[in-house]
Amino acid sequence: MTDALLKVKNLKIGARIYPPGEKPKDIDIVHGVSFELEKGKVLGLIGESGAGKSTIGLAAMAYGRGGVELTGGEVWVNGREILHTSRADLRHLRGLEVTYVSQSAAASFNPAKRIMEQVIEASVHAGKFSKKDAEGRARELFAKLGLPDPDNIGDRYPHQVSGGQLQRCMTALALCPEPDLVVFDEPTTALDVTTQIDVLMAIKEAIRDTGVGALYITHDLAVVAQVSDEIMVLRMGDMVEHGTTDQIINNPREDYTRDLVSVRSKQHEGQAPTDNPILRVENVTARYKGTNFDVLHNVVMELHPGQTLAVVGESGSGKSTTARVITGLLPPREGKITFDGRELSADLNGRTREDLRELQMIYQMADVAMNPRQTVGTIIGRPLEFYFGMKGAEKRKRIVELLDEIELGEGFIDRYPAELSGGQKQRVCIARALAAKPKVIICDEVTSALDPLVADDILKLLENLQKIEDVAYLFITHDLATVSAIADSIAVMYQGKVVRYGPKAEVLSPPFDDYTDLLLSSVPEMRLGWLEEVIANRKMESAGN
Amino acid sequence: MHPVLKLIAQRLALGILLLLAASLLIFAGTQILPGDVAQSILGQSATPEALANLRAELGLNEPAMSRYFSWLAGAIQGDLGTALTNGQDITKSLGGRLKNTLFLAFWAAVVAVPLAIFLGLLAVRFRERWPDKLISAVTLASISVPEFLIGYVLMYIVGVKLGWAPTVATVYDSMSFLEKLNAIALPVAVLTMVVLAHMMRMTRAAILNVMQSAYIETAELKGLSSFQVIYRHAFPNAIAPVVNVVMLNLAYLVVGVVVVEVVFVYPGMGQYLVDHVSKRDVPVVQACGLIFAAVYIGLNMVADIVSILANPRLRHPK
Amino acid sequence: MMRIPPAALIGLFFTGLYFFVAIFAPWIAPYSMTEIVSDIPWDVASAQHWLGTDNIGRDLLTRMIYGGRTTIFIATAATILSFTLGSVLGLTAAVIGGWVDQAMSRFVDLIMSIPTLIFALVVLSVMPVTMPILILVMGLLDSTRVYRLARAVAVDINVMDFVEAAKLRGEGNRWVIFREILPNALSPLVAEMGLRFIFAVLFVSTLSFLGLGVQPPNADWGGIVKENKDGIVYGIPAALYPAFAIATLAISVNLVADWVLNRTASLKGGRG
Repeated sequence: MTDALLKVKNLKIGARIYPPGEKPKDIDIVHGVSFELEKGKVLGLIGESGAGKSTIGLAAMAYGRGGVELTGGEVWVNGREILHTSRADLRHLRGLEVTYVSQSAAASFNPAKRIMEQVIEASVHAGKFSKKDAEGRARELFAKLGLPDPDNIGDRYPHQVSGGQLQRCMTALALCPEPDLVVFDEPTTALDVTTQIDVLMAIKEAIRDTGVGALYITHDLAVVAQVSDEIMVLRMGDMVEHGTTDQIINNPREDYTRDLVSVRSKQHEGQAPTDNPILRVENVTARYKGTNFDVLHNVVMELHPGQTLAVVGESGSGKSTTARVITGLLPPREGKITFDGRELSADLNGRTREDLRELQMIYQMADVAMNPRQTVGTIIGRPLEFYFGMKGAEKRKRIVELLDEIELGEGFIDRYPAELSGGQKQRVCIARALAAKPKVIICDEVTSALDPLVADDILKLLENLQKIEDVAYLFITHDLATVSAIADSIAVMYQGKVVRYGPKAEVLSPPFDDYTDLLLSSVPEMRLGWLEEVIANRKMESAGN
Repeated sequence: MHPVLKLIAQRLALGILLLLAASLLIFAGTQILPGDVAQSILGQSATPEALANLRAELGLNEPAMSRYFSWLAGAIQGDLGTALTNGQDITKSLGGRLKNTLFLAFWAAVVAVPLAIFLGLLAVRFRERWPDKLISAVTLASISVPEFLIGYVLMYIVGVKLGWAPTVATVYDSMSFLEKLNAIALPVAVLTMVVLAHMMRMTRAAILNVMQSAYIETAELKGLSSFQVIYRHAFPNAIAPVVNVVMLNLAYLVVGVVVVEVVFVYPGMGQYLVDHVSKRDVPVVQACGLIFAAVYIGLNMVADIVSILANPRLRHPK
Repeated sequence: MMRIPPAALIGLFFTGLYFFVAIFAPWIAPYSMTEIVSDIPWDVASAQHWLGTDNIGRDLLTRMIYGGRTTIFIATAATILSFTLGSVLGLTAAVIGGWVDQAMSRFVDLIMSIPTLIFALVVLSVMPVTMPILILVMGLLDSTRVYRLARAVAVDINVMDFVEAAKLRGEGNRWVIFREILPNALSPLVAEMGLRFIFAVLFVSTLSFLGLGVQPPNADWGGIVKENKDGIVYGIPAALYPAFAIATLAISVNLVADWVLNRTASLKGGRG
């Protein structure tokens, strides 16, 4: 029993929440979780939001974030119990034995201090290394993690390096004091997919080379499969399944795990384009007011009736800006939008009510896309009233029909958005768009804020509704799995340009342009050894060039 | 040019522009009367002759714009005109009074600023416990109490009943420094209480805001002691908001001075201004208004410049 | 059923009491405002004169009741003016944006760059000091504060997706302002109304105390302090009563405003 680096026994974690207008309530977040981790091994903690995975990760440092309290059980690190240890011992533990990499390095670095100072602080402060030695070690780590100019990057301030680089600096910060265990808390979730693979690679190699043990926390099973030896699946504060990575991915025992493994494997059979596109974006060039550079360059794309066009790109690619141009929120500098054969006014204010009705929009954050002071009935009923002049019983009948279509039912009509779950909120937003009987719906990252299983359900719902209502979707996303699940045609955008465009089958088959190749090969796949393969391939390619 | 210098230059220019606009506003504020100034100064029973004389003296026969520019040109050169009531040179009478007011405000700041920051830190340290709640309650009470109430309560208890300090703050030039301090003890106490609560509460909010940042959690997870977390990580980021709080409250203090000076019959600018408002001595009111506005705008400008200087993103651009 | 915390209950009770006394002052006050009832200035408290008499022998309780009526009336009127003007203009500026917003906001910045009290003194130095003028000056100056808050709150709400959704639907400015933004801005604005009222009470009292507010023989609470302040040095606390009245009224309203603000749920946290 002394061999284990980390041993968690029947850990219970609670928190005090403050619902508005009510008395504070104590709730349980984690109800009795146990596991062990050997030296030098990596355990992946996986689960959806609310699973308690971050909370368990921080418990390995005897730390409760916000109002979180470790209420029961034991946590052993290097052979001693840490939940009831002295303050001095806790500081030793946190500074030198267990370290932490957070999701947002940008927020976790002190903006007022240079990177180097923060990376070496824990080791120097605890007297483990001299300042000079620690700096040397930090530079080595910077180099190992593939940071540019490793000798001098430490002199910069956090805001002077990119997000992906800062995430690697945070990993260096965690590894600098030569800890026994590092807690990685969703370290790549906030990054674009082509950046994620580099950081993932760097983390994996750093773990291998330093022989450190790790808890790797994420909601993305495909990611954790690449870096961990074992995986523990969590749900609502309980353990679902714990096994080797191979067993969890290839031979899951529990239904829930099986769902997680097969999530995002949905495929949609792409249809051929028709002769008459419903929506055409013609040579659009646009820039934001008060800036002097174009964010869209000569963008061309077509959407066909009853079909789905996926616009794929990473942050800054111009995909959401394209949506703003189409809706008239951002009139383009050049080019035009035609809808059903007629040219739309560039400015929202110049469009007729019929133009607006036929082109609806669904947003990423369903939370803020609905007025919190209106009931579901009012939210869905307003377009009926506004576009069709419906009132009273007629309106109510149609609202109930729509609620049935989105699989919620009449019981939801008097509820407020705050009383709905994330998936239910997005469904109401879909019903609001459908209420207008549109020909086109723009879906702006509608599944990215949702947990994978919920997102899958929303995609299935959208696909069914497309058949019933014969509506076309312009689907904006950064997630290629979503694209395969729903698209008929694809436009790949990069730095404001469409770099690849056509029917799905064509776009996703070689030969690829460089960017599409990079993008496609960066999407984590749900199998062991994927990351190694990609790394090997890329090394070969660059050696071949 | 370094972007910080550029921003500071812009802020200075904005301050000057604001001051000019404020001077125009103050001037315009005395011109919006339906009748004219002379009529309102002399009242309805004034003879036409007296009215005409006063109009000529005030230069009312000239267009408003040219009067404004000659007033402004004078003010820039330090000539604020002459008082209507006694014909004295305003710059001269103001000089000594401004000095007295600044003396009073300075000592109030010396007491209030460190005390407020200390109590603000205390509230953060004992957050949601009784010291914090007590401080909260006192704050709520003190923003609800007019300055003159604090003044008279102190005067009644400390000055009259206990007899520890003079109830009237008379100062003159021949007084020794200690005598002066003794004379202004009560007004300083009142001013301190007036700004203390605000400053404390704002300091508390500013520091809490910093303490809730993710980088403080990082520091805690590095195994630093709470003192080191505060000293090394919270403090450098809290300076700017706290200085900002102090400056805004000093600006508020300058206004509080007006009432306190009247309560304690202290020979400063505030008393001077109030006296001449009742006497409808427009040139004096304009001059005092301009000086108060200048101090207020200046302090707000300093607050903004400190924020610019303390922002690492601006100091070390990409 | 809504639970009201004790502090807010106390606040509500005293606020209600003060307003009740203000409205029914002529029926409650034992004497008339100007009647001299005693030969002795600052007569001590007695069964006939619960608070004693003032500097020229008028019943202090009566003066207090009528003074409260005046204070509360002026403060209420000024608050209604500042609040209506400030919030309508602030919401409009946020929704319309562009040069209208710029022009109004810069003008408000300018007014706020001069301390309110100083600006009021400058204006009152040439204006006839009457009640309507006082209300107008206070209301207009204070509306700049309301404008800033209303605009800030509305700008935050205006960029939310549900407002964009309404605009994409083709809704006009009226719907956007009154149906989408206002319901979500109401709670902070109502709490602010409480604070503006307190400020108005303190402001009118301060002006009257300085002799530039309500003119004799009429008096508000600030004026009563001024009339009786000379008694302080002789150890006569008459000037402290109205000052305490001002403080307790302000604290009561503050307690209520605090409660309104606290029970305001955030936009994400339910209906509150």
